[in-house]
Amino acid sequence: MPEASTVTEATLKVFRGIGESGSFQTYKVPIEDGMVVLDAIHYIQQHYSPDLAVRWNCKAAKCGSCSAEVNGKPSLMCKSRMDKFAPGEDIVVEPLKTFPAIKDLVTDVSWNYEVNKKIPPFTPEDKGEWVIYQEDIERVQEFRKCIECFLCQDVCHVLRDHDRKDTFMGPRFLVRTAGLEMHPKDTLNRAKYLKDDGHIGFCNITKCCTEVCPEDIHITDNAIIPLKERVVDQFYDPVAIFLGKIFGEKNKKKVV
Amino acid sequence: MTETFETYEHDVLIVGAGGAGLRAAIEASAQGVSVGLVCKSLLGKAHTVMAEGGIAAALANVDSQDGWKTHFYDTILGGKMLNNWRMAQLHAQEAPERVKELERWGAVFDRTKDGKILQRAFGGHTYKRLCHVGDRTGLEMIRTLQDRGVHQGIKVYMECTITKILKDGDRVAGAFGYYRDDGRYVLFKTKAVVLATGGVGRAYAVTSNSWEYTGDGHALAYDAGADLIDMEFVQFHPTGMVWPPGVRGLLVTEGVRGEGGILRNKNGERFMFRYLPEASKKDFAETDEEAARWVEATVSGQKSDARRPPELSTRDNVARAIYTEVKEGRGSPHDGVFLDISYQDPERVKKKLPSMYHQFKDLADVDITKQPMEVGPTMHYMMGGVRVDAETQASRVPGLFAAGEVGGGMHGANRLGGNSLSDLVVFGRRAGLGAAQYAKSLPSMPKVPMDQIQAATEEMEEPFKPDSDINPYDLQKELNHVMGTYVGIFREEKDLDTGLEKLAELKNKLKRLHAQPNRAYNPGWHLCRDLKNMLICSESITRSALMRKESRGAHSRLDYPQLCPELGKVNTSIFKENNEMKIEQTPLPEMPAELRELFNKK
Repeated sequence: MPEASTVTEATLKVFRGIGESGSFQTYKVPIEDGMVVLDAIHYIQQHYSPDLAVRWNCKAAKCGSCSAEVNGKPSLMCKSRMDKFAPGEDIVVEPLKTFPAIKDLVTDVSWNYEVNKKIPPFTPEDKGEWVIYQEDIERVQEFRKCIECFLCQDVCHVLRDHDRKDTFMGPRFLVRTAGLEMHPKDTLNRAKYLKDDGHIGFCNITKCCTEVCPEDIHITDNAIIPLKERVVDQFYDPVAIFLGKIFGEKNKKKVV
Repeated sequence: MTETFETYEHDVLIVGAGGAGLRAAIEASAQGVSVGLVCKSLLGKAHTVMAEGGIAAALANVDSQDGWKTHFYDTILGGKMLNNWRMAQLHAQEAPERVKELERWGAVFDRTKDGKILQRAFGGHTYKRLCHVGDRTGLEMIRTLQDRGVHQGIKVYMECTITKILKDGDRVAGAFGYYRDDGRYVLFKTKAVVLATGGVGRAYAVTSNSWEYTGDGHALAYDAGADLIDMEFVQFHPTGMVWPPGVRGLLVTEGVRGEGGILRNKNGERFMFRYLPEASKKDFAETDEEAARWVEATVSGQKSDARRPPELSTRDNVARAIYTEVKEGRGSPHDGVFLDISYQDPERVKKKLPSMYHQFKDLADVDITKQPMEVGPTMHYMMGGVRVDAETQASRVPGLFAAGEVGGGMHGANRLGGNSLSDLVVFGRRAGLGAAQYAKSLPSMPKVPMDQIQAATEEMEEPFKPDSDINPYDLQKELNHVMGTYVGIFREEKDLDTGLEKLAELKNKLKRLHAQPNRAYNPGWHLCRDLKNMLICSESITRSALMRKESRGAHSRLDYPQLCPELGKVNTSIFKENNEMKIEQTPLPEMPAELRELFNKK
């Protein structure tokens, strides 16, 4: 038998530090069946370093708390199986790069909550019992699967490399806005908001966000591109604008 | 005073931002008072997010015979007649309105063919009653409430933990706590506090609960002078994952059984037929064939005279059955039993149970459309909690309210699946309303005594003392062992006595808990404080379990296996007196004759 199958210990290099200043510390962790990176982090916490800062809640990929970068890939630690790494391979765990570091693996994601507050809220027509057919909400339900892990925000180059948090709302909130815009009972038209406040134009559809989404939401294809089309129809396409004026389809909704 | 702290002022402070806390905050805010909402985690991460199967409400969209009286009847029967009848009544009457309200606020429930909110079957519910979104109903609910709340001007304090309720004489005057990120202390001056902190799963090793579930609200209320009732009733959900070790205890939604999942032991026997209580046998299918007809009708949305499969018995009963099968040697390889939905169309399974599909595929290498799952009981829910007034959710401490899992009385001796999410919104709303009205009735802000702040600060600094030496994670492990071994699904006097002795030893160790002397995002330090809460709850559970000498609902005594009618008329009540834990039995509120009638008829 090759040596590899008898490896029972993993080596983790975990970023430790307050704020941006810190270094990688090396820990040896025994491997159990079916173990995930978050289990290894908990092992370190329990046995070596109870002050190791990490966020987690559900351990089942339902809450989106344990986001980190594992061997350079934005991941949920609770879904990152240890047996996916080559035996003996170092497992490097560091905090999300796009957000300010607080301590160890914890970052300050409060910016996201501020962006969310500004999105014009769900504003339904308010009459009688609602009849909504399943086929009319499939797409919205896809968007509402989002667990707010912010991995899409982390990997988005507009936010990550160009740090345009001052301007661009990011994929998470384009998905949220899409969920509102495509809700059959919503009465607002958020195209202007998307263009002027959310700056949807900054996205050049590289699909990095879609690739890291742990909920398999087709962020780019199903949310961002249709929203971009709405913006184009209403502000840049002369034919669509002309037809819109005649038939008024798009203008039935209240512009915000 | 050596330590500094930030100060905020609100009319109403809500502690906890799950379904109950958010709904309370929305309601209080709508009453025009200033509201602060404090949560231990980031907003939207509370344990509600993990609720899967659905929210129970007698909308009668699928089974037109349903109505609040049947929902009420099912709830009380599931709770083995120990529920606070008025809470159960309000819950059954108001749940439909709360669900429709969630829809108006943006929740997108699965639909029936004619465009109404779809409802599924669940254990103990006579009719198909659970409104749901696949198997992620909790996420839908929390996101809806979160988005509603942030647009209402509620001030949210994220990653902030409350450690003390402060009082001006008898009444609530504030709350003290710390921020997790840098450990700075914080004082909230407030007229009213609504506790919405959830349960205490982390006292057990095998639990479906997240790290936050450390019984904070139970312990804060107990310390502040409220009484806790029904603490012996701990719900073990029958189906948690049993393998791999890292996810042992993780919830497998009852929705699997609601959609037709079959439980079998290692011999392939559908054992639940053997475990149906005599009293309810008539409501369940007698044969595989009849159960299969029920499932077929459910899947195709048709009507059928077939009765429910035996897997849809109440949770307490199914959990005991699985435990017994395993104990008697008929379990699966990893000490569970098999839960099988793989006989159904794979696409339908993926559609109705998407997160179960992914959970097993990603974490256990099991494809539930091809293979059975392995499942076993997991600590899931605390029926016991702060004794509250049914209408307002007020505790006996003026200004202190409790809603959701931390509140007691609603579910009696056993909660039905789906009744928790509805509990959160029905009583979250009532608590928010009650607290706002109370706050408005006070002429001025109560005064917070300085010495209480001083004491609260000193308590937090204890684990930094140079002579402290115990790792809090080790103590939690010991506590988990004690509760799992001596205060588990089946109980008896000698075990409970031993448990109590061991808990006393652990309590003595609390003073020696050690944290690295650094307040910045230090989970070990946080756990030192959380452990105190878990120990108060654990002791309450154990003492209450000792006192109730009968088996009822989730409380199963090997030495008292029968139901005792006399004990069906009392709640067990825990409270603090002269710094000691006291226990007594208090009379259950009596159900009015016209409601009692429902039970006589059937």
